[in-house]
Amino acid sequence: MSVPILNASGCLDALTAPEVARTLDGFVTKTVTPLPREGNPPPRIAEADGWMLNSIGLQNPGIEAFATRVLPRLRDLGVPLWVSVGGFSASDYETCCERVGELEAVQVIELNLSCPNVDEAPETVVELVRSSRKATSKPLYAKLSPATPDIAEVARAVADAGADGLSLVNTIRGLALDPGSLRPRLALGPGGASGPALRPIALACVYACANAVELPIVGLGGVMSGRDVIDFVAVGASAVALGTVLFADPFSPSRIRAELEREARVRGYGSAEEIGRLAHGSASALQV
Amino acid sequence: MLANEVVGPYALLRLERCDMEPGVPGQFFMLEAPGQLLPRPMSLCLAPPGELAFLLEPIGPGTRALAGARPRDAIHILGPLGNGFDLDVERPLLVAGGIGMAPMPYLSETLGGPPALLGFRSKSHAEAARLLPGAEVVVEPQLVTELLPDEPGDVLACGPEPMLEAVRELAPDAQLAWEAPMACGYGACYGCVVDVEGRYVRLCVEGPVR
Repeated sequence: MSVPILNASGCLDALTAPEVARTLDGFVTKTVTPLPREGNPPPRIAEADGWMLNSIGLQNPGIEAFATRVLPRLRDLGVPLWVSVGGFSASDYETCCERVGELEAVQVIELNLSCPNVDEAPETVVELVRSSRKATSKPLYAKLSPATPDIAEVARAVADAGADGLSLVNTIRGLALDPGSLRPRLALGPGGASGPALRPIALACVYACANAVELPIVGLGGVMSGRDVIDFVAVGASAVALGTVLFADPFSPSRIRAELEREARVRGYGSAEEIGRLAHGSASALQV
Repeated sequence: MLANEVVGPYALLRLERCDMEPGVPGQFFMLEAPGQLLPRPMSLCLAPPGELAFLLEPIGPGTRALAGARPRDAIHILGPLGNGFDLDVERPLLVAGGIGMAPMPYLSETLGGPPALLGFRSKSHAEAARLLPGAEVVVEPQLVTELLPDEPGDVLACGPEPMLEAVRELAPDAQLAWEAPMACGYGACYGCVVDVEGRYVRLCVEGPVR
């Protein structure tokens, strides 16, 4: 049983922890924007009620410094590279995709269309995908927010606009208060919530989109164990990405891969294809 | 865990070292907090043979969960992480406030027992001073910075931010151990940034001693 395991964008610095990056089947960079960004003021993270909240705010060196200074060092890791790009307008996405498109070492561009911690572009997600598509021929994965009334509809629209795959899902906006002062624990108030509590939400999104489009799907949101990977594959994901679990356990990629193999063996699953979309049969009848 | 000792309002967790290195004083470890999603950063307090010991103050869900751990509980830890104190100093003077006391016993042992100044907010908190015999101790309203001599020598300090700022005023070259909320401790999350001359740098990578 083999399912590609990536990291979620912004959840690993491959240059600071190359030995962790090398345990992944692909490394996804932190989101790069056209201009350098210092990110949001601290405190940027908090844990509350089983969720992790973050408000990093896309801290990054900007596309040019990334392309000239960071990418050559990432290439030397020998891990397939996905570059996450973001921005505040369609032309920002176009600029990033055009520049990253020139970089031979990059396999996939992931479009961060759903960061809950920065201002949104005025254009729709579909328009951002269309602009990005015009700028590059590299595979484009659209990373969508779970806070969407009808994510299957969005998936169909971004597929029509030229996306080659989906990353489901980004964090969902949440707020945690300090119990004493009742002030928000993060400097800017709300943040993106992640962790195991996000998993049922992410599974529902993958489930809906796998029924709606034929695109490959990277499932992410609260993956903590090999069993969770099986769930994501069963609803239609062809790869998974690890986020919050990497913060708690840098050895999680190898651990989860081993758990997946053991779990699949115990349950008698031969391949990912065999369990892929198993969840889409009719609901199992209540056994009494 | 080998033992969980009460030290005034603090808890001293003695963990079996297994094959882990203690690292340089001022470096830190991420400690799994039972029942919590994220581990918590703690600097090493004591490194007797076969042990790694951490002093912590139970003030939130994570530190309370750790303070409630019992002998024989398994606690995953990661480390040593970050940059510790530069030990190449001629006239070391240790200065700590409150739970900033945590790295001082191991630092003191490594430097051969230099003079130390400790400040606490109550007599009960000051019980932690027993981990550093010979230190000069003050309790609020007196502040530890009031004890700093005119020529303090090479100050190595850890404590709350206002204390560290005050130490820096009096001893501009002091080595200061800062703290920040951290999710990962190894540079992955960009959660623990501090403002250094208008730029946000990760405390876990460029600190905690700066």
